[in-house]
Amino acid sequence: MTIRFNVNGKAVDVKAEADTPLLWVIRDEVGLTGTKFGCGLALCGACTVHLDGTPVRSCQTPLSAAEGKNVTTIEAMASTEIGKKVQAAWVALDVPQCGYCQSGQIMSAVALLKSNPKPTDADIDSAMSGNICRCGTYPRIRAAIHTAAGTKGA
Amino acid sequence: MTTLQNTSRREFVKTGAAVGGGLFSGGLIVGCATMADKGPPALPPSATAPGVMTTAWVKVGTDNAVTIICARAEMGQGVFTSMPMLVAEELEVDIAKVRIEMAPAGEPYTNTMLGGQLTGGSTSVREAYDRLRVAGAQARLMLVAAAAERWKVDPAGCSVANAVITGPGGQKLTYGDVAEAASKLTPPKEPKLKAAKDFKIVGKWVPRRDTPAKVDGSAEFGIDVKLPGMLYAALAQCPVIGGKPVSFDGAQAKGMPGVSHVVQVGDGVAVVADTYWHARKALGTVKIVWNEGAGKSLSSASVGAALKTASAKPGAEFRKLGNFDAGYGAAAKKIEATYELPFLAHAPLEPMNFTADVRKDSCLLYGPTQFQQAAVGTAQAITGLKPEQITMRTTFLGGGFGRRIDFDFIAQAIEISKAVGAPVKLLWSREDDMKHDFYRPISRHTLSAGLGANGMPTAAKVHLTSPSVTQRLFAAFVKDGVDPFMLEAAVMPYDIPNQLGQVVIHDTGLRVGYWRSVSHALNVFANESFIDELAVSAGKDPVAYRQALLTKEPRYLKVLATAAEKSGWGKPAPAGRSRGVAVMEGYGTYLAMVSEVSVSGKEIKVHRVTIAADVGSMVNANVVAQQIEGSTIFGLSAALFGEITLKDGVVEQNNFNDYPVVRMHESPVIDVHMIASTEKPGGIGEPLTALISPSVGNAVFAATGQRLRKLPFRLA
Repeated sequence: MTIRFNVNGKAVDVKAEADTPLLWVIRDEVGLTGTKFGCGLALCGACTVHLDGTPVRSCQTPLSAAEGKNVTTIEAMASTEIGKKVQAAWVALDVPQCGYCQSGQIMSAVALLKSNPKPTDADIDSAMSGNICRCGTYPRIRAAIHTAAGTKGA
Repeated sequence: MTTLQNTSRREFVKTGAAVGGGLFSGGLIVGCATMADKGPPALPPSATAPGVMTTAWVKVGTDNAVTIICARAEMGQGVFTSMPMLVAEELEVDIAKVRIEMAPAGEPYTNTMLGGQLTGGSTSVREAYDRLRVAGAQARLMLVAAAAERWKVDPAGCSVANAVITGPGGQKLTYGDVAEAASKLTPPKEPKLKAAKDFKIVGKWVPRRDTPAKVDGSAEFGIDVKLPGMLYAALAQCPVIGGKPVSFDGAQAKGMPGVSHVVQVGDGVAVVADTYWHARKALGTVKIVWNEGAGKSLSSASVGAALKTASAKPGAEFRKLGNFDAGYGAAAKKIEATYELPFLAHAPLEPMNFTADVRKDSCLLYGPTQFQQAAVGTAQAITGLKPEQITMRTTFLGGGFGRRIDFDFIAQAIEISKAVGAPVKLLWSREDDMKHDFYRPISRHTLSAGLGANGMPTAAKVHLTSPSVTQRLFAAFVKDGVDPFMLEAAVMPYDIPNQLGQVVIHDTGLRVGYWRSVSHALNVFANESFIDELAVSAGKDPVAYRQALLTKEPRYLKVLATAAEKSGWGKPAPAGRSRGVAVMEGYGTYLAMVSEVSVSGKEIKVHRVTIAADVGSMVNANVVAQQIEGSTIFGLSAALFGEITLKDGVVEQNNFNDYPVVRMHESPVIDVHMIASTEKPGGIGEPLTALISPSVGNAVFAATGQRLRKLPFRLA
């Protein structure tokens, strides 16, 4: 069946089964590969996108749930004020090592700052503990969130 | 091993080709790979335009675009920036602007410390520190010589900055202007290199070149590869490790949306389809008959029992100093302890995947690997093609940690592509990755020490039992029951007059692989926990106890004193917290760590880790700091959580729910203190992974009086 929704502000018509995880639709059908696959069970956060502004794990979000909605991916983060600030902080502090988790980390960080412009360390723990980084960039992620928010960490 | 001698220099420069060499003797893989890059998407126009100067490491276009080739796989450890920095320093180009390309397979890209085109062992900087600077200097000198020739001046009167050559009279030419002329010259054999005090970028804090792409989502990992006409494959492997497929029924799968093939390969049965999800979904319907093989009998209980039995053997001697038996026999106090570490998974966040395009006369290999030479050799073996017909393109790796040294998933992708006659991207699930790893070896260490009346050790014995990865991958290195890659940091640095070291290589039946810090992780946990036990037994401060035994080791003393001072050792810890110390040397780098820990019920919380690091000379201070922070956190997962268990030959863990790893809220503050040094470079990608377990374990003892000798830590 054909399902229509918006990706990064553009309407897309996708012909795929309704239960296809949004992750694979974004990657293989729409062709945006910035969103990553790490676990398939919403345990690692690498697949995080925004669905009508709310962060979701796209590996566990069926295509049908996106119908008629706005999906935003890492590729669109530079076009929002908060996204730009977050990405600038990520670059200034050289947060990524292998980089594979970072799209998801940034999507979660942007969602945090949208709802909580001045997060504490505890807020950061809460919002970011769903995003695994095997390289251990957590200290720099935390510092970059504080930089983007203009807050000082504990 | 063939060399460049048979290829005329001009020929080499014109075609950009080099003849590859075989792996060191006794190696599993013999591969001759050429550098002729016939890979997909065309290189930027200037790099292939006429008048290009090309060496193994540098390309200069007529438009003055300079490209530096990076030979080592970028898996987070920063080589994509550090390696080109070494070339750029001598080449006098701007590291922020120069183009960087991953090297193809080829002999110039051999890691001479490891004997093959391989990234690992924290060797990249150490191995290339001199020779990449030589490569940069050679290219610069050829370009300057060409300019000097054109101006008819002495090259010594020319200066260079940012790819522009200035003559004695102020005349200017760019590298691009003289690239073609330079390409006809012979590189000077022993160019003079800069003194360290004149370095502009080497040794400094330099931003990483791959950061922007990893922040905007455009960085290409193996999983992102897309080729025209490419199909996607999902592969079922035998739940019992080592088992092989006998037969299958793919009729239902064949009828599912998007599915084009169901094929049996050496390791299992693959469904090939137009999208990954179609392949994955259909795979679940395939019925497979397996020959489970000998692995079926493996369980954690049986493996542990066999390991314990094997550890009763004396094994091979790797260390002898004085007379341990006499010293131990005469000791006022005797202490013995046994330490145990489990199998671990690598679990990089990007699951195993690879893309292969096998055709009648060519093969494209495109994906994440730490071992290009093995990839090409595997392709040769499966396709029968010659090295010059095989193209190797390395993507970014979403974590490696040693897992992508192995090439099982590459062989699988090649077999599937060959079977279906199309380019195929094979992608494993997380469960595949967790259950078909080459695991970090299990180990058992029995340590004994005799203490004198003053509480100081007069005799110490280390006995370790563990499987050998090297026996499988590079058997020639294992001699008389001694595998050097099992014995890293096995000899304590302490001044103990009588020492004995014994090792038993014991194959458990479960396949094992190199895991970040390799046997440092095993030996440093055992040894640094044990020395702490001796200090406690002697009623002495753990830092002072170590210092008294390291009087002949200034680099150890320096990092230990620094970590102690900066962590506040000797002063009261914050309320409810205790400290633990550990030291090590690994890969030529000296390290000390103090962990500050609190215990609440059975939960261990690591609040702060203070690290003093002497890495000798470094290339990129930014990357060094990242590696110290990151490898510590990677090791903390092993200290607190990591354990792979077996039941009836099946790895019991599946995903991050039952193989937990450290997350943001569990991540400590990490304070890093670098020791300034002009010693030769030490490796830093791995060692801290080994130091966090004993440091935390020693802190837990200080906090609770419980001595945890088994990993992962579980409080009673």
